[in-house]
Amino acid sequence: MKSSLVVFLKEVRENLRDRRTVINTFVTGPLIAPLIFVLAFQFGINSMLEKAEKPLPVSVIGAANAPDLIASLRQLGMDVKPAIANPEAAVRAQDVNVVMRVPADYGKAWKTGEPAQVELIYDASQRDSDQAADRLRDMLKTVSGRTASLRLLARGLSPALIQPIAVADRDQSTPQSRAGIMFSMLPYFFIIGIFIGGMALAIDTTAGERERQSLEPLFANPVPRWQILLGKLGATSVFAMATVLLSIIAFSIAGHFLPNDKLGMKLDIGVRFTILTMVVMLPLGVLLACLQTLVAAFAKSYREAQTYLSLLMFVPAIPTFVLAFLPYKAQAWMYAVPVMGQQTAILRLLRGDPVSAANILLCVGCTTLGALIVWAVTERIYRSERLAISA
Amino acid sequence: MIEVKDLHKAFGEVKAVDGVSFTAHDGEITGLLGPNGAGKTTTLRMLYTLMAPDSGQVLVDGIDAAVDPVAVRRVLGVLPDARGLYKRLTARENIEYFAQLHGVETTLMHQRREKLADALEMRDILDRRTEGFSQGQRVKTAIARALVHDPKNVILDEPTNGLDVMSTRSMRAFLKSMKTEGRCVLFSSHIMQEVAALCDRIVVIAHGRVVADEAPEALRAQTGETNLEDAFVKLIGSAEGLAA
Repeated sequence: MKSSLVVFLKEVRENLRDRRTVINTFVTGPLIAPLIFVLAFQFGINSMLEKAEKPLPVSVIGAANAPDLIASLRQLGMDVKPAIANPEAAVRAQDVNVVMRVPADYGKAWKTGEPAQVELIYDASQRDSDQAADRLRDMLKTVSGRTASLRLLARGLSPALIQPIAVADRDQSTPQSRAGIMFSMLPYFFIIGIFIGGMALAIDTTAGERERQSLEPLFANPVPRWQILLGKLGATSVFAMATVLLSIIAFSIAGHFLPNDKLGMKLDIGVRFTILTMVVMLPLGVLLACLQTLVAAFAKSYREAQTYLSLLMFVPAIPTFVLAFLPYKAQAWMYAVPVMGQQTAILRLLRGDPVSAANILLCVGCTTLGALIVWAVTERIYRSERLAISA
Repeated sequence: MIEVKDLHKAFGEVKAVDGVSFTAHDGEITGLLGPNGAGKTTTLRMLYTLMAPDSGQVLVDGIDAAVDPVAVRRVLGVLPDARGLYKRLTARENIEYFAQLHGVETTLMHQRREKLADALEMRDILDRRTEGFSQGQRVKTAIARALVHDPKNVILDEPTNGLDVMSTRSMRAFLKSMKTEGRCVLFSSHIMQEVAALCDRIVVIAHGRVVADEAPEALRAQTGETNLEDAFVKLIGSAEGLAA
């Protein structure tokens, strides 16, 4: 065991002296994801919010046919633009988002109490156009409803007659749970952190050491290979977990830069979240360190190992995308699957949902079991004669 | 003392080592001579337990390598064919890493390291990172880390490979000093003059077999050649892969 510690300390010292590894583990790995996040949110949400508040520009053809309607729509936030010659072509070319056409017989229909038609020209396949048409349709419904009520009152009837069902929304989402939808990709970034943080060491301790021809002299020492492997995996796991921890801290700081008040939701990454996340991630860190070392052991060179490990990084993305796009209800068995368990637990913690101690235990226990299995396989590979022989 | 009994090792169809036996005694330098590809490196790798033989036995100071490989490695100092250093560590740190893996206690480690640094004339490079070391500086560091636990038996795979004349000369002097200290020194080479000048005993290997195991004079007598070079060529069957 003392030998494992010697190997561990040497690997940590040596890799702390490698500038590229240090930058990857302590800067690029933890920072890149929160940076992308904040930027994406700032642009995405701000533009969405701005649109909702800004006056809606609409080209109106035949505005003179319905002066009262236009006045009402103006009050509701429509910015009336002059008529254009070929509205259909202009919408298709995305020159304008939506055009309203008021036919010449609008006034006649209105006066006789017939449904008076207006036409909306838009392109539902364009997001901007579709949203503008939705907003305009809402405004028209408001005007229409108001007029209907007035007409009923003028005839001595209650406006309630034409509203047989009243819908009342009772949204059960909390600020955290709404943030959870937005942040369902977050666990993946933490898992990626394990990969980036451990990658350099996983390669360095196998393919790299063989390429530099230092594995053979190392194995000539009176230390069983599994003890050497244990020290190396320890160093790899520590670097991986350091990246995860820094990543969590970076995200908790990034949370302050999101427009929480506008969103009506908050990213609450506190001490409890950090500790529980580290607890569920620790066995996964060891599992992935073993897996990376195992894969790197098959590579003939440093470069080849890099290629393999970059591909390996996509594997944990699969459950992430499944969970992100198919909103399955969290079920107990999910905690038992490595990666998916961490994913589920972190998501629920992030949303402020309860995660029972039993679920955490199941997640940690099963991932530890997985880590032990991958360790056993890696240890077998490490014992093979071919591993040490360079070229 | 290193005893090798009828070692066999095949890689697929290729019989790399096909029945090698010899004994290297304490206080002697034993040379393993053979052309490139004769099976020298594979034989040595089985001695320091990097590989397991298909059949045959290796005994180091009476310990069976198949039974207790860790104990065998404890009494061996090895300079393998691959002599990579950790380039982000200094020469001193490289040496101390191996000393710690051998469980050498700290004060003793410092003493030995200083002694080796003097003997190998490497005091000036001790605190430099090994990146950018010359071939000679690399070999010196690799030898120092292989001997820092003061092993009774020393195995060196082509120790003078890639060294210039001066480094080769000091390497030979170093091998002789290890012999006078009473160690069992076993080294491989494909250079005849080197083996002839240094060895008390020469084991000639060709095609994975031992073709001669004699003192240099006896080798000359056995082949009936007065010139060692002619003697080797006669033993091996061709001059291919040998260097004068």
